[in-house]
Amino acid sequence: MIDARIRKSFPAGRESHPFTLDLHIATAAGAAVLFGPSGAGKSLTLDAIAGFSRPDSGRILIDDVLLFDAAAQVNLPPRRRHCGYVFQSSALFPHLTLRQNLAFAALRLPRLERTRKVGEMLEQFHLAHAAGRKPSELSGGQRQRGSIARALLAQPRLLLLDEPSSGLDNLLREELYALLHEVRSTFRMPILLVTHDLDEAIALGDEMFVLNNGLLLQSGPPAAILDHPAGDEVATLLGRFNVLDAEIVAMDPGAGRSRLRCTPPGTVPFDIDAPYFPGHLLGARLRTAIRCDHLRLGPSSSAVPLRLQSLSHRAGSVRIEFSGGIFADVPERDFHSPPAGSPWLVQFPCESLRLLK
Amino acid sequence: MATDWFPLWLSLRVAGLSTLIALLVALWFAWLFSARTFRGKHLLDAVITLPLVLPPTVLGYYLLVLLGRHSPLGKLYEWVFGQPLVFTWQAAVVAALLHAAPLLVKFSTAALESVPRRYPKAARALGASEWRVFWQVTLPLAWNQILAATALAFARSLGDFGITIMVAGNIPGRTQTISVAIYDAVEAGRGDVARVLVLVISAVALVSLWLANRLGRVSLGKAV
Repeated sequence: MIDARIRKSFPAGRESHPFTLDLHIATAAGAAVLFGPSGAGKSLTLDAIAGFSRPDSGRILIDDVLLFDAAAQVNLPPRRRHCGYVFQSSALFPHLTLRQNLAFAALRLPRLERTRKVGEMLEQFHLAHAAGRKPSELSGGQRQRGSIARALLAQPRLLLLDEPSSGLDNLLREELYALLHEVRSTFRMPILLVTHDLDEAIALGDEMFVLNNGLLLQSGPPAAILDHPAGDEVATLLGRFNVLDAEIVAMDPGAGRSRLRCTPPGTVPFDIDAPYFPGHLLGARLRTAIRCDHLRLGPSSSAVPLRLQSLSHRAGSVRIEFSGGIFADVPERDFHSPPAGSPWLVQFPCESLRLLK
Repeated sequence: MATDWFPLWLSLRVAGLSTLIALLVALWFAWLFSARTFRGKHLLDAVITLPLVLPPTVLGYYLLVLLGRHSPLGKLYEWVFGQPLVFTWQAAVVAALLHAAPLLVKFSTAALESVPRRYPKAARALGASEWRVFWQVTLPLAWNQILAATALAFARSLGDFGITIMVAGNIPGRTQTISVAIYDAVEAGRGDVARVLVLVISAVALVSLWLANRLGRVSLGKAV
């Protein structure tokens, strides 16, 4: 269990704006993810928990062990916090072999037991054949596995991972995810992971914390956040949402329907069907969001003609950008260009529309 | 006429000893400068660098004032070792130290600071004490650069003339180092002796520099 209330301010520097980290993270999840763009304060939060950065005020508790408390003047040094830290780029010591790297973490154990534990760990992480090599002679995947094995050997209370998949290709990334799932199930080790990759957050996180500019914007299971982003900032950060400003032009509370006139910047307004939003009157202005992979192409009674801006093919899907900043991700098999000369018809499914606060 | 090799051996001994002392001093200061923040850090840094820019005669004068027979430090030395420090070969070691130490402190600090932060950080997170972090992680990763600087410092301390002549004097067979001996030979019109000593000292310095370059090149090049 992690309960961290952290506040830390940085004055404006010569080339930096003032920055304040001010958040409260509490989770009992097996794997929690700090998600946000770079500069959101994710790594700083990790550093504060591990003891590398001292908050101005707050309190950090892990499993009822007090690591930091500004009021009580408790501030354990990093080496007494027992937080396994896995760095963005592997931080295996380059002058030691993999086996020596692992043994470094197990120094507290008596010699025989240390040798045995290190050997077991090398086996478990499929690294036994590479034990005698220096980190520069290991592959990226081996380095990453070695870093995690080393962190676990120090018997930490939890594992902190700072963008562990950056610099890994897709195959290694999948391998890492499988490994982290194994770490959770085999070692019963809680994980706190930092990422700016939403797929990674969904793949690994039981609970997700969305950070921006040093503040916590929303927390919850990743699927729930993806289904109901708390506000336009979260929706924008997730990178999967079209945020639409709209006005209620018609409503039918009886049928639970309403009609919105969307006014995206730089294009003509268009009307879409929407659910009935209780508490909002005719003429009210709303901010709504709809996931880009929920938009459909093709004719229907409610389809809206939009002007195409660009098309880009991805693995298994096509991203289509329209004027007004509206974008859609369509599975490759459902993708058909309209006949020459006709407009692109886009459907905004009513049930996918979310009202933002 | 046979060349007297005493000045060469004395110089090697003086340079070796002063480099060794300088290395120990430098490691401590380098750790202090790279790992700690404290009041007066920049002032201390400036004071340590000062010998690199001051004229040797000024440094010699300071040493005479500081270590002379009437100074407290000079008296202490005499009380411990039973003989004065000035005008002995040990004084030449102190003179050479003034060249070697600032150089080594500067280079060693830079070497320790060049070690990527994530390595000591990782070591601390793994439960290592500051002592272990320094000796087993930071220092080994900076070691080649520090050794390169040590070779450079050795070459530099071989060649002192000004400070040595002021605090150790020019006593043949006792305090006459190679650079002093060369000056002496030229003054006395013994060009052949001067020529041999000049060639020998140049060769020793060249080898030291070559070593420094080689060591400096391997350094962190293989780090990941």
